[in-house]
Amino acid sequence: MRVGLFVPCHVDQLWPEVGLAALDLLERAGARVEFPTDQTCCGQALLSAGGHDEARALARRFARVFDRYDAVVAPSASCTAMLRVHHPLLLGGAEAQAFAARCYELCEFLHGVLRVAPPTHAFPHRVALHAGCHALRELRLGRASEGGPRGEDPVRALLSGLRSIELVSLARADECCGFGGVFSLVEDAVSCRMGLDRLADQRAARAEVVTSSDPSCLLHLASLARRHAPELRVLHVAQILAGEKSA
Amino acid sequence: MTHAERAGDFLRDPERARWHDASLWSLREKRDRAATAVPDWEALREAAAAIKRHTLASLPFYLARFEERARARGAVVHWARDAAEHNAIVEGLLREAGATRVVKSKSMLTEECGLNPWLEARGIELVDTDLGERIVQLRCERPSHIVMPAIHLRRAEIGALFHAELGTPEGLDDPARLTLAARTDLRRRFLGAQAGITGVNFAIAETGGIVVCTNEGNADLGTALPPLHIACMGIEKLIPRAADLPVFLRLLARSATGQAQTAYTSHLHGPRPGGALHIVLVDNGRSALRSRADFADALACIRCGACMNTCPVFRRSGGHSYDAVIPGPIGSVLEPARAPSAHASLPQACTLCGSCRDVCPVRIDLPKQLLAWRGELLVHTPHAGARRTALRAARFAFEHARVYAALGALARLLARVLPERWLSGRWNAWTRGGRALPRIPRRSFRAELARRRR
Repeated sequence: MRVGLFVPCHVDQLWPEVGLAALDLLERAGARVEFPTDQTCCGQALLSAGGHDEARALARRFARVFDRYDAVVAPSASCTAMLRVHHPLLLGGAEAQAFAARCYELCEFLHGVLRVAPPTHAFPHRVALHAGCHALRELRLGRASEGGPRGEDPVRALLSGLRSIELVSLARADECCGFGGVFSLVEDAVSCRMGLDRLADQRAARAEVVTSSDPSCLLHLASLARRHAPELRVLHVAQILAGEKSA
Repeated sequence: MTHAERAGDFLRDPERARWHDASLWSLREKRDRAATAVPDWEALREAAAAIKRHTLASLPFYLARFEERARARGAVVHWARDAAEHNAIVEGLLREAGATRVVKSKSMLTEECGLNPWLEARGIELVDTDLGERIVQLRCERPSHIVMPAIHLRRAEIGALFHAELGTPEGLDDPARLTLAARTDLRRRFLGAQAGITGVNFAIAETGGIVVCTNEGNADLGTALPPLHIACMGIEKLIPRAADLPVFLRLLARSATGQAQTAYTSHLHGPRPGGALHIVLVDNGRSALRSRADFADALACIRCGACMNTCPVFRRSGGHSYDAVIPGPIGSVLEPARAPSAHASLPQACTLCGSCRDVCPVRIDLPKQLLAWRGELLVHTPHAGARRTALRAARFAFEHARVYAALGALARLLARVLPERWLSGRWNAWTRGGRALPRIPRRSFRAELARRRR
C-alpha cells in the first residue's frame, strides 16, 4: 500500500516534530510512505473564513497532488475531516467521494487499517486526552458525550498499550477547546476563555501531559499553557506513540 | 458592534461568565441523561426530522387544511405577511373587544414581531406572565435565551428588581419568596385581564387544534380566564396529524431541560364555550427562507434551546451578545436571513464543534448552515475587501508550494528575530486574549525532511 503523508501547513511550519513522529510511526508499521513535496494546505482555514471558492480550488489541487496514493494519512483529525467530509461537498461527484474515503487520521489508520499492535514502551505520566471536536463529531472516532453515532476511539486504544500511562478523566470529557480556526482570531476573548477552561479541567485532574490527535487544538492550548499553566506539557499523540521524551 | 465585541463585554465579569456556563452546562447534562434514558432516542430524532421535512415540503397544503379544520372548530384564522401586519391584526382584535389589559404567555414569535412595544405605544397594557419573561420585561430588555429568558441574571439582581418594581423587602433574594411575590402580582393581572395572548408550539393540520407547552401553567390561566384568546404562530409550527404530536412532545422537554414532559401541555381545539379563539398565522420571511435550499431546514426548529445549552460559545458569551431575537446557533442561522448586514458576525461566533447538530431534536445541520452563511455574509463583514484579498492571496500561496514554503520561511525568520513585544502587540489577535506566541522552529517539516534525506 502506497501511503501519502499529508503534513498540515500549521504542523509543517510550527511543529515539525509531529510530522517526523508520524512518518516514523508509519514507517515502523511497514507502510511505504511518501511525502509529496508539492502539498500545501487542505483549505480548511479558508473555508471556515468564508472562502468557499478558494477552498474548492485547494481541494481540487489536493486531490491532484495525492491522487497516486492508496491512502492519504494526516496527523490531524481536523484536517482529515476537511478531506473526508468537506472536500467531497465542495467538489461533488463519485470520484471526490472515493478519494475522500481513502483519507485517514494517523491513529485511525494505524489502529483501524494497518492494525498495528499498540506500542508498549513506558510513559509514566498522568495524561489528559483532549478529544478534538472534528475527530469526534465529523470523523466519529469515539462517541460524543451528548450522544450520536458510536465509533471506536483509536487514540485511546493506541495509548492504552503504553506501560505506566495513566489516562485521567476530565469533568467535561469532550468540551471544545475554543480554537476553531479563524474563530481563534475573530473571537479571541471567547476562544481564550474556552481554552483556559480546558486547562483548568486538565489541571484539576492533575494531568501532567495533554495530548490529542488534533495539533491545531494543541497549538492553541500550548500557547495558553505557556502563560497560564507552564507545568502542563502539551504533546501530539504521535510524539507519545513514537516514544519521544519531550516536545 | 459585532458578536465578538459584545462577548468580550460579557467576559469582563468572569464570575458571571463562569456561573452562566455552569448553569447551562448542567442543563446539557440533564438533557444527556433524559436522552440516554429513551432507548430509541435516535430513531425519535429521525422520525421528528422526517415529519418536519415532509410538512415543510408540503406546507401550503397543510396550512390550507389547518385553516379549514380550525375554522370548523370555531376558531377565526388570520394571515399576516409580516410583523407589522401581525401586530395590526392583534391590535385590531383587542380594540374590537375593548381590551386594554392583556396577559401574554411565552411566544418568541411576538418577540420577533415586536408586539410588546407596538401595543404599549398604542395604550394597551401587556403583561408577560412567564416568570423569566416577566423579569426581562420589568428590566426593559429582551430574553437572553428562548427557554430561560432570564438565565443571564443572578438572584440578587432579581431581588433588587422586585424590590424596585414589586415592593419586596430590600435584600430579599430567596428564590421561593421572590417567585411568590411575582405570582401574587401576576394573579392580580390574570384576574383583571380582558384578553390572553399565547404562542403555539404545535398546530395540527388534521384536527385544527393547537398545542401550547409551559412549565408554569401561565398559558392555561391566560386562556381560561379572559374571554378572548389570541394565539400567534409562525407558519412553520404545523405538524400533519395528531399521531405525530407524541414524537415531538417526547423530544421537546427532554431536549430543553431534561424533563420528560413540560409541566403543562395544553391542547386547544376551538374556543372554549362562550369565548373566542383567534389564530394569527405569520410568515415574516419564512416563505423566503423556505425557498432557500441551503437554509430551509432551519424552519424545522421546534425552539427547544438545546443548541444554546450545548454551545460552548453561547455559554461563555451570553444570549445578549447575539443582539438578536433568537440567539445561539439556531439564531445565528435564522437572524442573518432576516437582516444580513445587522447579523453578519453571528455565523462567526462558532468553533464548528458540531455539538449543536448532535443535540438538535430535529437534526438540523447547524454547522453546515453556519459555514454556508460565512461565505454569503462576507460582503457584510467589517473590512470585507481586505478579507477577500487575504483569501485570494492565501489561495495563491497555497496553490504554489514554493511560494508557500518561501513565505513560511520568511514568517518564521521574522518571528524569530523581531522582539516579542512587537509581535504580541494589540494588533495580534493571537496573543491579545492571553495566548503566548507559538515556539517557532528553525526549520519546517519539509525543510528538515529534505535535510535528513540529503
